[in-house]
Amino acid sequence: MDAAKSSAQERDAAGKDAPKPGDAAGASAPASAKGKPRLLLMGQRRSGKSSISSVVFHKLPPHETLFLESTARIQKDSMASFMDFQVWDFPGQIDILENPDFDMEAIFGQVGALIWVIDAQDDYLEAVARLNATILALQGNYPLINIEVFIHKVDGLSDDYKLDIQRDITIRIQDELSDHGCENAPVTFHLTSIYNHSIFEGFSKVIQKLIPRLGTLESMLTNLCRTCRFEKAYLFDVLSKIYIATDSSPADMASYEICSDYIDVIIDITEVYGTWHRSEDGRKKLEGAPWGVKLEDQVGCATAESCLVLHDSRKPIMLREVDRYLALVAIMKEDSYDKMPLVNMNVDAVVEGLTEFFNITRRKG
Amino acid sequence: MASSADNSLTEQTTPDLRHEVRKPKKKKVLLMGKSGSGKSSMRSIIFSNYIARDTRRLGATIDIDLSHVKFLGNLTLNLWDCGGQEAFMENYLSQQRVHVFSNVGVLIYVFDVESRDVERDLATYVAILSALLQFSPQARIYILIHKMDLVVPSSREAVYNDRVNAVRSKTMEYAAHAMGGPAAEALDLIPFATSIWDQSLYKAWASIIHDLVPNLSIIERNLANLGLAIEAEELLLFERTSFLAVSSWTSPEGQRNPTEDRLERMSNIMKHFKQSISRFTGTPRNAEQFIRMEHKAGMRFSLFILKFTTNTYLMVVLPPGEARFNAAMLNCQIAIQHFRFLDGPVAQPPAVSAAA
Repeated sequence: MDAAKSSAQERDAAGKDAPKPGDAAGASAPASAKGKPRLLLMGQRRSGKSSISSVVFHKLPPHETLFLESTARIQKDSMASFMDFQVWDFPGQIDILENPDFDMEAIFGQVGALIWVIDAQDDYLEAVARLNATILALQGNYPLINIEVFIHKVDGLSDDYKLDIQRDITIRIQDELSDHGCENAPVTFHLTSIYNHSIFEGFSKVIQKLIPRLGTLESMLTNLCRTCRFEKAYLFDVLSKIYIATDSSPADMASYEICSDYIDVIIDITEVYGTWHRSEDGRKKLEGAPWGVKLEDQVGCATAESCLVLHDSRKPIMLREVDRYLALVAIMKEDSYDKMPLVNMNVDAVVEGLTEFFNITRRKG
Repeated sequence: MASSADNSLTEQTTPDLRHEVRKPKKKKVLLMGKSGSGKSSMRSIIFSNYIARDTRRLGATIDIDLSHVKFLGNLTLNLWDCGGQEAFMENYLSQQRVHVFSNVGVLIYVFDVESRDVERDLATYVAILSALLQFSPQARIYILIHKMDLVVPSSREAVYNDRVNAVRSKTMEYAAHAMGGPAAEALDLIPFATSIWDQSLYKAWASIIHDLVPNLSIIERNLANLGLAIEAEELLLFERTSFLAVSSWTSPEGQRNPTEDRLERMSNIMKHFKQSISRFTGTPRNAEQFIRMEHKAGMRFSLFILKFTTNTYLMVVLPPGEARFNAAMLNCQIAIQHFRFLDGPVAQPPAVSAAA
């Protein structure tokens, strides 16, 4: 949780070497970027691409995105997180299909996912047409790219209307694709807004598809939930509040929000009380009588662990730091606070397993 | 109204302590300032758990909005939110003068830092001041320079000092003229820079409330004893609904913490989190949201926030150590009975039970 600020600097660094659209994009990308999964943000202009990347990856408060200027060239951000990935924000006014200057291989060669943003509060026919053209163009050479459609700015729309729009867009795209004989394109739809947690949930699902052996992670969490009677467990990327895995029970927005806010609270509290160095004298006193043990041996767990008991339902929510980037947050069953020591032991085992898991998958990646 | 209360007090022949407890109940807290300066917004945030965004929905206050805010069980704040439009202001100063300005404990005067007509604001302020000094010369006066978030951060301090000096010199000018030298010198303004968008608001209000809490010395003494006994670095006592810090104790080691504004920051953090929990559980915003929260940050520190007495939460910051943490938690639960007197008129300090 110390690394909270590092991503801001990343943007500056990435912004400088962003080439003009005319350049062979990607060819000039730093060598270190090789091998990182890449997320491409595309869509019509003013559909909210830059707002999304600012809110999700730079913690910009949503209402301040009003002042963002229109993006003139490809904006590259890299996230130093549990899984290093790059986010490329494309200006909406440039159509890469019609512009022969773009090196398609450099752009799409190692892409993890293409995120196409559609403004749900605007006329989306043109956006859908462009998306169709893009999908068809990509299907030929890069059929493995996941296409994620963010039906964006859905805050303020009624639930029924949201679903209507989603259905309409889905049908338009599927019809067009099947007309061109491409039935099984990997297209997924998400309803998102930067004014609530839905955008984070959308990104979570996008990122999860890029994680090698996600199933193993999920089954670890499902097992933990079963043994400890958790209602829901999330493995969070602390910096971006994206969850990279969850157990097999259905995810709902409410539990995601409370878990994500809990992480925020812990970060804030740690900033107030955990960032300054205590004196040596104070430490000596703590290790003296009546304790008589080194401070390292007095603590039960070297990383942060936390727990909150709700008032009405008496449900505890527990949080455990896995490593610098990851935290495990779970909502527990009613009145299970008394079982915390046992739960902590189980969580210890899972954290050990997770660490091992990431050691293995990282080496391969 | 005041006289009837006095009668009941004399009839009971209560000891002095009781008298001390009762007295602040009757006093008014006047919230005044120009129309649109943000009085009702701050009141809603502090006492009704609005979030800053929600205050946009508030309309103008018509005449006086009276509210009795229960605070800590035995302290009822008699809060008068006075609409600031000129017609109302004139009314307060003329027809309602005695009604409004008598028996005032605290005047909170809010200045909008963005106001273009500073001279006029000051003139209104002086008129209010004159009425206040006439009927409640003992009242404490808080000056809030509000909406500081609208000023560029680099010039905030300068603008704030400038405003406070202007208000101060106006006050002195008037007081010297109306009351003469010594009385004028006794007049003390307590200024704060505030904004609803950060924790500065909590700092101002915690300070206002702090002065109104009865039995403060007992609370402070008890907290210090508890803190020493459990080897804590810091103790904060929060009021239940507003999550304002009523009192605090810090060990010599804890005082080395470079974060100066941690009290109001913690209020701010926890208040926001209470909102999140209320969204999750579907309970009202003013309800109790959680009963305990623990956090052990490895080798750095441990912390817990405990539902303490009926009206308070206790936050304890401890050095790391599992045994220390658990012992402190148990000790705090035992200590609750020494703080029971916070919970309302029934459970007063021992003197009263002896009299009954």
